[in-house]
Amino acid sequence: MADELYEVLGIGKDASPAVVRNAYRALAKKYHPDLNPGDKAAEETFKKIQAANDILSDCEKRRQYDAGEIDGDGRETRRQFYREYAGNDQSGPYASSAGFDDLGDIFSNLFRNQRQGQGNVNVKMQGGDIRYHLDISFLDAVMGAKRRVAMPDGKSLDITIPGGHRDGQILRLRGKGMPGIGGGLAGDAYVEIAVQQHPYFRRQDGNILIKLPVALHEAVLGGKVPVPTVHGQVTMMIPAGTNSGDILRLKNKGVPGGGDQLVTVDIVLPKKIDGDLKTFLEKWSQTHAYDPRVGMGV
Amino acid sequence: MIGENELLGKFVELRHETLEIWISRGWVAPARSRNGFRYREIDVARVGLIYEFTVELDLAEETIDVVLPLIDQIHGLRNQLHRLATAIDTQPAAVRQKIVQTLEKTAR
Repeated sequence: MADELYEVLGIGKDASPAVVRNAYRALAKKYHPDLNPGDKAAEETFKKIQAANDILSDCEKRRQYDAGEIDGDGRETRRQFYREYAGNDQSGPYASSAGFDDLGDIFSNLFRNQRQGQGNVNVKMQGGDIRYHLDISFLDAVMGAKRRVAMPDGKSLDITIPGGHRDGQILRLRGKGMPGIGGGLAGDAYVEIAVQQHPYFRRQDGNILIKLPVALHEAVLGGKVPVPTVHGQVTMMIPAGTNSGDILRLKNKGVPGGGDQLVTVDIVLPKKIDGDLKTFLEKWSQTHAYDPRVGMGV
Repeated sequence: MIGENELLGKFVELRHETLEIWISRGWVAPARSRNGFRYREIDVARVGLIYEFTVELDLAEETIDVVLPLIDQIHGLRNQLHRLATAIDTQPAAVRQKIVQTLEKTAR
């Protein structure tokens, strides 16, 4: 969109101020009306060239033009008009079905927000919807939680978030919006819930995923290790010879309702390798070398 | 979604107090969160519309009270008309023909 002025001067968008100036001068000389006395079109073209130069030769205006903040005439551009959004937002707070009452039964049956009774159209109205945004923790989303939010009239609304809730899911609470007018129904409350990330749990559908660091000897010899789960800490038996990347399954320790926890093992060496271990491995590797890079051609 | 400060930054002459009045009049309905209001793109566009009405076109508040619901009603109607048109379009040719004939008979 912000290309036209550059095309008028025949320069690239990255042209330096010197290039802009030279391009302008060359074109101005060519199309100046006084240098083209018989040419009617020259004036039009010349004005275009001047207008382009007005913006592109001014540091601040050029920046604004490139950023889309002003258009080719130097006027401030307007974000998309409201109508671009309104057509698709018939489930949002601005949705209106006000035009339907006299259009007959078929319409009031087909389309939502039916009127109740034949009350005076002007006086009886369904209350407006309210939208809330809530941030909740990963664990609250998985296990379910209760929250209390403040309504516009100062009262509180208790919200129960069911377990297994997904990030971005919207809860619709019927009748919990703004009260209706003249006996009309109350509007609805829409609660959009954003789930925060957990330091080590991840979610994949019904399962919880975790990368579990294990000690060298735990992996080689096997044994019991403590594992965090969303249901609390458990003890897991690691088979001897478990390798990094192996996935062990803890049944029913995932999202409540049948999910599992999948534990990916990650072998971690001690922070400081002591002398004993080094000595042992120096000797051991001489007679027990193995190649973990088989198949890589190195 | 953006917060109120970022929104106010987009409109040079818009003040927090004015925005509060618009919200209380039901002209714009942003989502509420613990840290204040949050504005989706449609809310920003609506604020832009009201801004143009008040600041640039100098419409009175009572006028906007009338005009905004009318605009919303039009969008609601257009949306339903589109749905109806789509429903008709997917009918067999014979059904569509009947509908067209009825429309022609009732045209002025």
